[in-house]
Amino acid sequence: MSEPVTVKRQVTIAQPADKLYAFWRSFENLPRFMHYLEAVRTLDERRSHWMAKAPLGQSVEWDAEITADTPNELIAWRALPKAQVNNWGSVRFYAAPGDRGTVVQVELSYEPPAGKVGDLVAKLFGAAPDQQVREDLRRFKALMEAGEIPTIENQPHGERTLLDKVAGALKPSK
Amino acid sequence: MKAVCWHGKDDVRVEHVPDPQILNPRDIIIKVTSTAICGSDLHLYDGYIPTMEAGDILGHEFMGEVVELGKAVTNLSIGDRVVIPFPIACGNCFFCQSELWSLCDNSNPNAHIAEALYGYAPAGIFGYSHMLGGYAGGQAEYVRVPYADVGALKIPSDLRDEQVLFLTDIFPTGYMAAENGNIKPGDVVAVWGAGPVGQFALASARLLGAERVISIDRIPDRLELARRHSQAETINFDEQEVIETLKELTGGRGPDVCIDAVGLEAHGASVDALMDRVKAATFLETDRPHVLREAIQACRKGGTVSVPGVYGGMLDKVPFGAAFGKGLTMRMGQTHVHRYLQPLLERIQRGDIDPTFVISHHFPLAEAPRAYELFKHRVDCTKVVLKP
Repeated sequence: MSEPVTVKRQVTIAQPADKLYAFWRSFENLPRFMHYLEAVRTLDERRSHWMAKAPLGQSVEWDAEITADTPNELIAWRALPKAQVNNWGSVRFYAAPGDRGTVVQVELSYEPPAGKVGDLVAKLFGAAPDQQVREDLRRFKALMEAGEIPTIENQPHGERTLLDKVAGALKPSK
Repeated sequence: MKAVCWHGKDDVRVEHVPDPQILNPRDIIIKVTSTAICGSDLHLYDGYIPTMEAGDILGHEFMGEVVELGKAVTNLSIGDRVVIPFPIACGNCFFCQSELWSLCDNSNPNAHIAEALYGYAPAGIFGYSHMLGGYAGGQAEYVRVPYADVGALKIPSDLRDEQVLFLTDIFPTGYMAAENGNIKPGDVVAVWGAGPVGQFALASARLLGAERVISIDRIPDRLELARRHSQAETINFDEQEVIETLKELTGGRGPDVCIDAVGLEAHGASVDALMDRVKAATFLETDRPHVLREAIQACRKGGTVSVPGVYGGMLDKVPFGAAFGKGLTMRMGQTHVHRYLQPLLERIQRGDIDPTFVISHHFPLAEAPRAYELFKHRVDCTKVVLKP
């Protein structure tokens, strides 16, 4: 077992804390902006089942439980023992200065396992888990402020040459 | 549908591409009735703007008729005639709420690219590189417009396309440039570049109370237009030394407001301009800021330098000491078009200004490649309107 990887990121969202807390507290919503998640299912008041996207039709799944829950301020969770990937996280909501909404601070940690599952997890989070979390929070902000996440997927374009396609495929993913 | 696609330096093609679709609840699709080529499209055509991809659909000045509505758009109807601002803005974030629409936090799906370059990402823009969102542009038969509920301006039926088309960009851009100059009665305003934005900056400076306006360019028909339309005094920089001439024209004190309506591809025969050409060609510098240097140098003490001209990256030898030493105010940035739509529409309706004065050419969309070439070489060409 290697050292846990921890990512901590903040974003300011021009919305009140109660709205942001409520959206996040319904864990089913998380895959709408956390792209590595396939689905989260609530099992009971404290426990939930998480499914992460994995390449080649494989999946990484675990059960998690809430370890702290202060309405409009804090939610913390961690994977239950025997999870394929031990991981935990928290989100805090603070009032932003100058009445500019809410600062959302997220902290996510996981212990990269060895072997096949470890490879999957590495693929899941990519080379830059930090950037992933940053993009997750950017999407969360857009969803909360504008009601949708900006996209250009499937929009029309003219002919792209083979070279362009190769260059596109090599581009680092977000 | 037909669309004007970018394929590299000096290479745009009209191609058949799939029609756009609604991708988000606040999107609409419009059938484009008029679109224009912007001076800033020439920066793309000349290959100066990074993160373009072959096949990208160009165009950020366009208007048309609503043909499809996303399910969250309730203030527009099918058939409405609308003008679309070139920056894409959500209307909800801190920046939109502060009327800084071109700095919207939520409209750029590639914000991470711009963040890496600029620290923080500005708004997405139609047809203007992947760094600025990668959105398909409006030099096409149809275009998808995100956040249309806050962006699209409905146009009364008694106004022709040509009268309102430039509300998308160049009229507000010239207007904001003048407004950024904080013009006071009696002021002298000098505007570098007599292209469409320069022309609107001159006209707007007049609207805002400038006593004298001075236009600087090298193209005789553009200088003539500035004289005719805005009663500008003119300086042809091929024939006259700009800074000295400005000093003489202003009784030795310098213009109160200097507007750089040229941006990163300044032409010029001075030593610094030639150095810029060499450095840009060898990638030692990304932009050619000859005009910006001149504007800073020419501006009176305590005056304002306003920059509507587009800059993209790194500039060499900008006389910041002169800017500091003279206590200049510098204002710049992409235009917050949404802020100006209604007030400038009203000015058009009142007859304060008729924006059609800049138009020199109409072309069918299918002839866009020829239009780009003509506009690039500025052969008696100030502004091209394309009709799909």
